[in-house]
Amino acid sequence: MLSQFLQFLFSGITVGATYALAALGFTLIYNASNVINFAQGEFIMLGGMLVFFFMQSGLPMPLAILLAIAIPALVGIALEKLAIEPARDAEVVTLIIITIGASLVIRGLVQIWLGKGAHSYPAFSGSEPLHIGGATLLPQSLWVLGITALVVVALWYFFSRTLAGKAILATSCNPLAAQLVGIDTQWVLLVSFALSAALGAIGGVLLTPITLTSYDVGIMLGLKGFVAAVVGGLGSGLGAVVGGLLVGVIEAMAAGYISSAYKDAIPFILILFILFFMPRGIFGAKVTERV
Amino acid sequence: MSALKRHYVLIILAAVLLLLPLVLPNNYYYDIVIRMAINAILVLGLNLLIGFAGQISLGHAGFVGIGAYASAILPTHFGWHPLLAMAAGAAIASAIAAIVARPIFRLKGHYLAMATLGLGIITAIVIKNEAAYTGGPDGMPVVALALMGFEISGEKKWYWVLAATLLFSFWAARNLIDSPFGRALRALHGSEVASQVMGVDVVRYKVAIFVLSAFFASLMGSVTAHYIGFVTPNIADFFHSIELVTMVVIGGMASIYGSLVGAILLTALPQALSTFEGWETVVFGAILMFCMIFMPRGLVPTLARRFGGRESEGD
Repeated sequence: MLSQFLQFLFSGITVGATYALAALGFTLIYNASNVINFAQGEFIMLGGMLVFFFMQSGLPMPLAILLAIAIPALVGIALEKLAIEPARDAEVVTLIIITIGASLVIRGLVQIWLGKGAHSYPAFSGSEPLHIGGATLLPQSLWVLGITALVVVALWYFFSRTLAGKAILATSCNPLAAQLVGIDTQWVLLVSFALSAALGAIGGVLLTPITLTSYDVGIMLGLKGFVAAVVGGLGSGLGAVVGGLLVGVIEAMAAGYISSAYKDAIPFILILFILFFMPRGIFGAKVTERV
Repeated sequence: MSALKRHYVLIILAAVLLLLPLVLPNNYYYDIVIRMAINAILVLGLNLLIGFAGQISLGHAGFVGIGAYASAILPTHFGWHPLLAMAAGAAIASAIAAIVARPIFRLKGHYLAMATLGLGIITAIVIKNEAAYTGGPDGMPVVALALMGFEISGEKKWYWVLAATLLFSFWAARNLIDSPFGRALRALHGSEVASQVMGVDVVRYKVAIFVLSAFFASLMGSVTAHYIGFVTPNIADFFHSIELVTMVVIGGMASIYGSLVGAILLTALPQALSTFEGWETVVFGAILMFCMIFMPRGLVPTLARRFGGRESEGD
């Protein structure tokens, strides 16, 4: 019983870490621009697919990973510069459609370029599972959790200890006031898009050896990242991380104990319940600091 | 405005619908026009919600799916009359919308988008998984729609049924917008606080329009199912929801005839793009972005402003 529970917990936390990274990406862009970036999931997909492509072309893994994080960041910057900035004053629905258009373009290009097949690459440090309490844990899961934790700490440091991070925080609180004290809000937008694209890509790079990747994995991963961001309370960084882990664990538990066929429905049932009973998410009302 | 001027677009639309069969060369074109009409009615309902009440639904295809599968399942498995099944589907969709809407409409913007998105995806997953009733991912056949022994089948009969429905829908929507109900909707889009102060029960109106658009979506889902004679889970999926929202926004939010234009363009687009073998998704996405960046208000309002200078609400 316990071993089964642990098994579900491990897989839930692993996937949940990816949701958390995606949710942080949603949060960053939402805070900087009030846009919900529906292309967020495509950055997760890009991360995994690009590592696969570069390793297949003979690059060593560390270089492939570096490129697979840098390129989506550039795509994020391009998205902001070419599509979001010209439409700054448009309504929320319009901006949502622009990001959906962008996600279709990215997905379509990757499909043409790398095909419809599922791809993977070897785990970072072997695939000999560890045995803990009767459950197995892949070393790659430890990579996922370790790097996610590092990223969260780095983000915390960036936002609370550096001038650049504080400038972004200030812009998300009040763009006009931020401009008045000399913060370049255009720059803040660019950094937010680059950062959130990189976060998504990191999630994809880490998760792919466990789950495989293909051109169309971005939709579900992105939507679940959005669920995680809303569960935690849209706009809250801590909420995004907790929301991501929570969604991952609940999904794994429900898939294991209730019905695996309804695995993908579970985050969405969860979000309906949370919106009914905690309309601003778990951390939405209480947390005043926004990342 | 005089009645003639008020309804002149409607009269033109009626004339076009009457004359169209003279120029439609074959059933392929009938089929495209029928799909355009179905989408136009769906989009009209959604535009009332998005454009006039300012609420986003990213799960509207879920309601379409409920209607379609009610019309597929109830007659096939339980021997219901198709009309009764259609009514049952619309009732179920409306009931779900009403139950969900109350708590959700206390929320704003993105939370509502999230809730409707969730609702749509859950519906699609249920349809895919309950294969015993729905045929699963492969879909299932739908019986023909018969009214008093008169069976509606074939493109030509469906054309007239949908042409009439389309005209009626646009006439009804036009009147709804000009009614106190429509004015209340536009008021709460403008400013919720102000309309509340003026005595508009904001939540009640939002729920009403959401339920109404779910009702329409379900009916058109049933019509689609009977027309095609087959349903697959795609009718309820996220993409279909996005397609519908896109039609609203491209045509023009809060523009009744924008709904028609959006539906016509986006129904024709995939047919036109089929020549781009493999590049359809990319081109479709690029067109979406391009339209939204350069015409954020949508086609009809943008063009109306440029050429007419006349900015009348609802046209």
